[in-house]
Amino acid sequence: MSTVSTTKPVGVTAPRKVIPLRRPGRIVSAIIILVLVAQGILVLFTNPNFEWGVVASYLFAPPIMQGLWLTLWLTVVAMVLGIALGVVLAIMRLSSNPVASYTAWAFVWFFRGTPLLVQLVFWYNLAVLFPSINLGIPFGGPVFASLDANKIITPIIASLLGLVLNEAAYMAEIVRSGITAVDKGQVEAASALGMNRAKTLRRIILPQASRVMIPPAGNETITMLKSTSLVSVVAVADLMYQVNLISAQTFQTIPLPIVASLWYLLATSVLSVGQSRLERKFGRSDQQVSGQGNKFKQLFNARRPMKAGNR
Amino acid sequence: MNALPMVQVSDVHKHYGDFHVLNGINLSLNAGEVMCVVGPSGSGKSTMLRCINHLEKIDAGTIHVDGELVGYRARNGNLHEMKDKDVCRQRADVGMVFQKFNLFAHMTALENIMEAPMQVRGRRRADVRDEAMELLERVGLDAKSGNYPGQHSGGQQQRVAIARALAMKPKVMLFDEPTSALDPELVGEVLDVMRELAASGMTMAVVTHEMAFAKEVGNSLVFMDGGTVIESGNPRDVLNNPQHPRTQAFLSKVL
Repeated sequence: MSTVSTTKPVGVTAPRKVIPLRRPGRIVSAIIILVLVAQGILVLFTNPNFEWGVVASYLFAPPIMQGLWLTLWLTVVAMVLGIALGVVLAIMRLSSNPVASYTAWAFVWFFRGTPLLVQLVFWYNLAVLFPSINLGIPFGGPVFASLDANKIITPIIASLLGLVLNEAAYMAEIVRSGITAVDKGQVEAASALGMNRAKTLRRIILPQASRVMIPPAGNETITMLKSTSLVSVVAVADLMYQVNLISAQTFQTIPLPIVASLWYLLATSVLSVGQSRLERKFGRSDQQVSGQGNKFKQLFNARRPMKAGNR
Repeated sequence: MNALPMVQVSDVHKHYGDFHVLNGINLSLNAGEVMCVVGPSGSGKSTMLRCINHLEKIDAGTIHVDGELVGYRARNGNLHEMKDKDVCRQRADVGMVFQKFNLFAHMTALENIMEAPMQVRGRRRADVRDEAMELLERVGLDAKSGNYPGQHSGGQQQRVAIARALAMKPKVMLFDEPTSALDPELVGEVLDVMRELAASGMTMAVVTHEMAFAKEVGNSLVFMDGGTVIESGNPRDVLNNPQHPRTQAFLSKVL
């Protein structure tokens, strides 16, 4: 019977250790950064002009809470509607019908190319341009219903119109890039199985496009959360509006914006966690065992021999 | 055997711009038989296969599957393009296996197989599930039903892809170079599944470079070059004793 040879190579008594290269520069730069950060934090808490007491007293004030609620509501509604319209626009843009394609292109061109602030003011003042909004046959045909623009376009509706149409323009591009990133073979396989175009889009393309779309869409949601602060100019009582109101009454021009910033920071942090959860959920089809260790341990334990299995 | 072949390709032409990719193709494939199509790349063999389930449109000629004209309706001497709905109905009866597998990347093996029977045939999940598990067992992958395509080897992916096509209970199966994207040691497991399928009586059209498989399993062999059928017949005859100089030249390089 032959066996695999177990004799060691001549002159080698034990497996040789691999000693990683020393990188003293990394430790030095880490110390410099930590000193600077510590100094910054110290200033933040010891400078009396920040008025942390005032910040604390307004942090949970009822108007702030109401404003925060409205800000979150606007973000969610504008994103949901913006994504829905963005998907429709992306499909139009990729359609072989040239009218649909160019209409979607023109929509994106216009709503991405003008400032959101201007769009909000425009929608808010829509009644000046169109005092009544009619439903009927175009080009002077019969009118079935006539509505007073001043009554329909409330500040909230004007805000939503501005935010949704602007967001849809950005989402359309994100969805389009997501759809085009899906391998053509997926569509062929679905076609060969007899799936129609709508089912192929809904069941095969969009779920795979979502993976590509989540990081930029998460970015958009975070941007949206802060963009809602623009609606304060059309008299919608969001977080920023309430903060401006209180700081104008109390002349507390530093602590109240800090109150707003803290809430925006908390909300964006929650959104970031949600985004990484979603990324993991949609990325589960190609999960692999990752061998990345703790980076902090690597920084200071660089002299220790690497463990077997570490890459 | 009865008169009507399962697949009948008659004088089919197709152009990509100025390139005449199919130049008058005539083929027929009887029910329960295996036809292997070989030829150099660019000869139009894959295109011809893709025309059979109307993934590619043809410019002239006719293709019949089980006696039904594919993709068109003949009316008053003209061919009218079918509605999408009817094209989908026809494709559902023709299984296709691709060179690059094209498994749905976001679905497990089981979900890949269950998708079309549920979405296209509108069948109930519980019934489809049992059949899908049987199919996975048939291709030897019932233990990996919950794996995503990225967690399977190429050979395993192709076996799932074959099971996915079989789940629609197709009248004919089209294989477009099913082993060309595989590592050499994985080719065998896919050919084994195809061999078993042929033995079970499935009608198959196989574009391939596996001459040994063609000789062993094929009922007929078609050699294509330049968008035409150069030579066809019994695989042993064509491979052992090619008549046309182009067939001889091609076979001398690949055998």
